[in-house]
Amino acid sequence: MQLSLSRKLAILSDAAKYDASCASSGTVKRDSSRTGGIGSTEGSGICHSYAPDGRCISLLKVLLTNFCVYDCIYCVNRSSSNVQRARFSVEEVVKLTLDFYKRNYIEGLFLSSGIIRSPDYTMEEMVRVARTLRETHEFGGYIHLKVIPNAAPELLAEAGLWADRLSTNIELPTDVSLEALAPEKNPSAIRTAMAHIEGKREESRPDGKVAGKRKPTKLAPAGQSTQMIIGADRADDAVILRRSASLYSGYGLKRVYYSAFSPIPDSSSRLPLAPPPLLREHRLYQADWLMRFYGFGVEEIVSGGTDGLLDLKVDPKLAWALGNRGTFPMDVNRAPREMLLRVPGLGVRVVDRILAARRHHRLTLADVAAMAGSIGKVRPFIEAADWTPGGLTDDAGLRAKVVSKQLELF
Amino acid sequence: MQTVHLTSRNDFAEWRGVARRLLLEAVPPDEVIWVDPGAPQDLFGAEQSVGQVTGRKVGTVPQRFIDWAEAGICHSDPERFGLLYRLLWRLQKDKELMEVRSDPDVGKLDRRVSAVRRDAHKMKAFVRFKEIVDDSGRERFVAWFEPEHFVLERTAPFFARRFAGMLWGIVTPYRSAFWDGERLEFGDGGHKEDVPADDALDPVWKSYFAAIFNPARLKLAMMKSEMPVKYWRNLPEAELIPELIRGAKAAEEAMIERMASIPPSRHLKQMERAEPGLPVTEVFTSLAEVKAGVDACRRCPLYEMATQAVMGQGSASAELMFVGEQPGDQEDLSGKPFVGPAGKVFDAAMAEAGLDRERAYVTNAVKHFKFVPKGKKRLHQRPNAGEVKACSFWLGLEREMVKPTLIVAMGATAVSSLAGSTTTLGSVRGRVTVLADGTRMYATVHPSYLLRIPDREEAARERARFVEDLRGIKGAMGW
Repeated sequence: MQLSLSRKLAILSDAAKYDASCASSGTVKRDSSRTGGIGSTEGSGICHSYAPDGRCISLLKVLLTNFCVYDCIYCVNRSSSNVQRARFSVEEVVKLTLDFYKRNYIEGLFLSSGIIRSPDYTMEEMVRVARTLRETHEFGGYIHLKVIPNAAPELLAEAGLWADRLSTNIELPTDVSLEALAPEKNPSAIRTAMAHIEGKREESRPDGKVAGKRKPTKLAPAGQSTQMIIGADRADDAVILRRSASLYSGYGLKRVYYSAFSPIPDSSSRLPLAPPPLLREHRLYQADWLMRFYGFGVEEIVSGGTDGLLDLKVDPKLAWALGNRGTFPMDVNRAPREMLLRVPGLGVRVVDRILAARRHHRLTLADVAAMAGSIGKVRPFIEAADWTPGGLTDDAGLRAKVVSKQLELF
Repeated sequence: MQTVHLTSRNDFAEWRGVARRLLLEAVPPDEVIWVDPGAPQDLFGAEQSVGQVTGRKVGTVPQRFIDWAEAGICHSDPERFGLLYRLLWRLQKDKELMEVRSDPDVGKLDRRVSAVRRDAHKMKAFVRFKEIVDDSGRERFVAWFEPEHFVLERTAPFFARRFAGMLWGIVTPYRSAFWDGERLEFGDGGHKEDVPADDALDPVWKSYFAAIFNPARLKLAMMKSEMPVKYWRNLPEAELIPELIRGAKAAEEAMIERMASIPPSRHLKQMERAEPGLPVTEVFTSLAEVKAGVDACRRCPLYEMATQAVMGQGSASAELMFVGEQPGDQEDLSGKPFVGPAGKVFDAAMAEAGLDRERAYVTNAVKHFKFVPKGKKRLHQRPNAGEVKACSFWLGLEREMVKPTLIVAMGATAVSSLAGSTTTLGSVRGRVTVLADGTRMYATVHPSYLLRIPDREEAARERARFVEDLRGIKGAMGW
């Protein structure tokens, strides 16, 4: 039976929605004024719409096909599932991408696929979509390709030539879980694909440095990312974050996405019945941010929770601060940047503004409030020209006070 | 009291011309009335306004003021012109004022600027082009958009860069912009009816929007904060939202209820066809089997964080075997032993001693990289006794398969793996000793040790000694 384009798109995007990544930022600047084609990327990505699940819709996120020879238990497209199957031709995806782009629905394409015939065959088809968009249609928009582990190294290198970003999903935090839930996948092969791509990216980097910043590579200039499913196995947050730290350190990854395991149609009885709280996923993202931008180590972050799980009631930075009150209060007029970054409620931007403003005059609590937006969470942890928290920092009831405040956020 | 009538809502150059004149005449901000150019003109609209000063600078301001004023003047707040002039006035006495974000005027402009930038950003996101089919056969696109502030002029160049090869127009209530493939031109504002309400692709886009939504994770506040309701009326997909929300709970329950069913026959056929992988052997008869075993090894926890196992490299009939400590960062990434900095030292020293690495089998006491992550780097960690012992199983098999006449232990870890933990490197270095099974062993330092010596002279001495050891090995081989 012939499926309509709309119906195929519904099937193949429905099947793609479990991938959390939709970023279209961080690539090289380019536009179509020279090529006379269409498409541009100008640094920060644009979210063209938002679904009621709160997720940004930036890219046309589809699978080339949801037929798959693998039988990964957590996946809606596993071969033993009875979901309806469909397959796009290379030309169909190319046309759909261009048509959507011209109406300003999207920033570009995020193409993934079930594995048909062989990893090489599948990867080759995906590369063909990207190559056609770039070469035949002078498409300058964003392209994210999913990497099929075990595909030939030359195909991965070519994928990097057309795509802004490549991603290989690590899927689960531990090798043992992956082997149990995705019998055809090999955790070491997944990491080897990441290592291989990072090696190729390094090779393609032009020599020399620009004003302290490294020049972008010619291959996959927006880098690599990966996704980990949370709550489909028993791994705790400590295990998850240690895995992330090792991925960031080993393969120059731009992002690790955490995707709370979501019930899928026709699911396997070996999976948990209920999804984990979305709040857990949120806390993991916050912890990930602390690792990457706030100078926190995994063990410090984990120490703010209990039994390897982050505190769901308070954010991980506040949890750490509550457990390390001896470090506070921090004097906003004197403390170094790395210590101010540890103050709950002060983000990177606010800290940089504090540093700029305090060169001109001594900051009062009102000054900090004006820059931080809200001061309730910050107050117990800082000293300012006209403010000292006194006993507030060590108040036994402090946690209870901030917890009731934090819950309003959600 | 002076009254200013500007002709444009958001022309920074015009405002600057007037502001320069006022500044030259030292008119304080509270003696200027800025008439909102967007408001209906009153009977005295034609009244003489303050003249402009162009092409002449009257003072200095920080760059940030210019940047902010260019953005802030696009805000819909009728007070924006006065606010900018007040700041300009105050900046003449206080050059650092723009740094003081806690100042009420600076804070106010800061918020205006953010609002304008946000509105411009949202415009880039939420403009929806409709295709117009005309006789020329060339596709043309036009969009109706209602920005909250006067951001069309700021944003149109973005669309020109993005859609250079497309003919398009954007109509807003206060102005419109057109791109003919070469030039960007602006015209009067228009009405929603000027632009087609539908596009043939809208239903396909809506079907995508509905399918990409995951009903198991409803987060409405997040959606509304990023896609404010005020923009919804011009987004074709937005009309689906109420229905998607209403149906979410039922859709999620339906997903959970559709529990595992009998797999399709295609799956069962696939399972039958599938070729079994290399069996996990208990008895190893070749290096290839040993490699498969090492790849799947779970004898210690190091496999978990390493990229891959790094098996030894070289001929199965090599007479000489080198054993190092463990793969490092680069060995872990490439899957080959001794290719990183220590490998380079090793290769150079081998060449100097007249030894050919190709004639040897080169491996490590431990096959997985052990490290701690530190930001974007991985810091090497020495393997502990348990890990060395667990991995000696594989080293033993490599020895069994290769049967070298001499094994070179490089570094303390290799020595303890081969000769037992009571043997120290110092006690056996630089000579041939015989292991329990009768194999000859020659011990020397690990080449990475040479990289860690801070003192240059000492490093050179130690390196010469390492080369000397390699010459000794050459002699012991009778090469």
